[in-house]
Amino acid sequence: MSRGGDELLLASRTLSDGLRQNELAVPGIHCGGCIQRIERALTALPGVAHARVNLSTKRVTVRWRAADGPPAVRETLEGMGYDAHLQHSAEDRPDATLAALIRALAVAGFAAMNIMGLSVSVWSGAAGETRDLFHWISAAIALPALAYSGRIFFASAWRALRRGQTNMDVPISIGVLLAFGMSLYDTLHHQPHAYFDASISLLFFLLIGRTLDHVMRERARTAVKGLSRLAAYGAMVVGEDGSQRYTPTEDIAPGMTILLAAGERVPVDATVLSGRSDLDCALLTGESAPQAVTAGSVLRAGTLNLTGPLTIRADAIADDSFLAEMMRLMEAAESGRSGYRRLADRAARLYAPVVHSAALLSFIGWMLATGDVHRAITVAVAVLIITCPCALGLAVPMVQVIAARRLYERGIMMKDGSALERLSEVDTVLFDKTGTLTLGKPTLRHDGVAPEHLAVAAALGAHSRHPYSRALAAFAGGLSPGFHSIVEKPGLGLEAMADGGAWRLGRAGWAVGGEGEGHDAGDAAETLLTLNGRFVAAFRFDDDSRPGAADAVAALRDAGLSLAVLSGDRAAPVARLAGSLGIATVHAEMLPGEKTAHIQALAGRGHKALMVGDGLNDAPALAAAHVSMTPATAADVGRQAADFVFLRPDLDAVPFAFAVSVAARRLVRENFALAVAYNLIALPVAIAGFVTPLIAALAMSGSSILVVANALRLRPRAPRAGRARPETAGQHRFAAAAR
Amino acid sequence: MNMLWLLLPISIGLGGLGLAAFFWSLRSGQYDDLDGAAERILFDDSDPE
Repeated sequence: MSRGGDELLLASRTLSDGLRQNELAVPGIHCGGCIQRIERALTALPGVAHARVNLSTKRVTVRWRAADGPPAVRETLEGMGYDAHLQHSAEDRPDATLAALIRALAVAGFAAMNIMGLSVSVWSGAAGETRDLFHWISAAIALPALAYSGRIFFASAWRALRRGQTNMDVPISIGVLLAFGMSLYDTLHHQPHAYFDASISLLFFLLIGRTLDHVMRERARTAVKGLSRLAAYGAMVVGEDGSQRYTPTEDIAPGMTILLAAGERVPVDATVLSGRSDLDCALLTGESAPQAVTAGSVLRAGTLNLTGPLTIRADAIADDSFLAEMMRLMEAAESGRSGYRRLADRAARLYAPVVHSAALLSFIGWMLATGDVHRAITVAVAVLIITCPCALGLAVPMVQVIAARRLYERGIMMKDGSALERLSEVDTVLFDKTGTLTLGKPTLRHDGVAPEHLAVAAALGAHSRHPYSRALAAFAGGLSPGFHSIVEKPGLGLEAMADGGAWRLGRAGWAVGGEGEGHDAGDAAETLLTLNGRFVAAFRFDDDSRPGAADAVAALRDAGLSLAVLSGDRAAPVARLAGSLGIATVHAEMLPGEKTAHIQALAGRGHKALMVGDGLNDAPALAAAHVSMTPATAADVGRQAADFVFLRPDLDAVPFAFAVSVAARRLVRENFALAVAYNLIALPVAIAGFVTPLIAALAMSGSSILVVANALRLRPRAPRAGRARPETAGQHRFAAAAR
Repeated sequence: MNMLWLLLPISIGLGGLGLAAFFWSLRSGQYDDLDGAAERILFDDSDPE
């Protein structure tokens, strides 16, 4: 049975009828063509009963017959060029709260429409029995709607009251219930005014705000879960008797011998017994050049074996491995940030007591002035309804939804509404180097290399998954000698037999020399092409800086932010890159814990930092920073830990997101100001006792529409122009794109 | 007035029908993949499922 199949089995969930189900995240799905290709290919696999692609969430659900054994789903997807990540079926349950909110919203909307229809008839002159009938029907619709849709507010208000606190839901609940009770009383006594419509449309508007707010809130999953997904599900363990068994990672004990094929992740911290390979450690160190390992090398859990099979000995159990240590770092960092209080919550805390006292004071005032209980309660209810935070409830989520939309159009995903607020507060931007300021993959500097040599190297490179080979393979085409055979020598390079002799592409010492036990080339970023041991061409590789990096850095500096680079890489390349981008503050050779400590020290001095990073080594720093961004190419766990993920390679996503957040903050404040201004006008009218149901309905809808319309104006302001800078062209590009 | 006894149940009933239809579509997962649905309408019928 294939290893992929074992992984599939371990991650699957049992359905009825002997079927098992797997969920795979496939980030490469982007169009209708992908849906068809993937579904057709997977359905054609033996044993697969059902395959369905979800384009919105970029996931594939596969159901397969347990009797036929696990199908080669991942291999098939990877063969088609899609990266696939297995998901634990227990995760990502549908959001029950959101579904409940949407149902409550639908019921409230239905009731509000019907009651409003009846109310319009009353306002336009229905009198006597007809009016009473309409009021009764309104009451009959309002009561179940109130019970169904209102419980979201009632439950929350009740929870707050039981703890002796108050929140925004308390005045809402009291207002809605009192309005309903009063209207029922008035209907019984054939009064002209009933507030059923106000009571229900209040619920409707508030539920819109609440639903949007929920959508914008973080979708609960923490980064720590993503980290555990990065760990291998298991590994092929060799038993005492030489038998091979696929063993789950948590069952691997120190001393066990493990066979690690190329393309597999190291399950636990281990030492190489035999074999030779290159290891991708970019996740851990942020360094893009793969590291050669041979017998005796120490491997860390989570690194990826690239080129050759290895036999390794487990040194630690999964819980003591590097990944588990990172998990603990992340947990500590995440718990530190949960103290942030959102603007809307802070406003609500101020607002609730004001609403309560205004209603209570008008009740007491009218009692003292007239001694009419009915009149006094009616006025108090009107005050509660008028001041109820319809506009306030919509003010923040509406702006955040529009901002998320603007960001999405530019390929930036926002995970959490409060991230936008936090982003607008930052005064420091910290960048990781590899994969963030740079693209994180080597590109060939092919100046001075003859095209025919390049063609040979490219044809060779196409046969390896080593990053340098892949960079070379991009230049494939043109003439290439017909190779008879190609062998990959793990840790050394590629060797091919052709009519002209033996071509070698790889490490300097090996390519020109014998079997390559000799010296390791000083410059690891140089690869030689040789023919029969004679030097033909040398290739150098650079990690290119991301497109737009210089412009992005300049735009952020113009916005008044202080910038720094925090990297795990060696000092020289970090300083070179930072210098070319114009970032003065550089911290190199930092361990993950040191990055986190640096951010915490900044926070201790009152600074609020935006961390932009990508690797697993950045994940704790991403979680510790006030707010964080990561490119979509980042490690899974980096994407989980960050507040923003940008999908396009261009780094101008960072200044753009910052500009959006600042614009959003301005609009939120304007919306608050509008809500307050509206209350300053409406409250005296309500206290004076002039509010009829018609006026209440108009005022409520009017202020909500005003706030929504204001949110739609969201346009990020381009950074201020006019400062002398070399890259004015780039500046204009950013400004134009931001508009 | 008599007309109302006919019209009111009809209007509320129609609204309730819409509400029930929305609940049904929500429960049957029709909003789970809006982007995918927009693409799938263009597929040929001869495809699997």
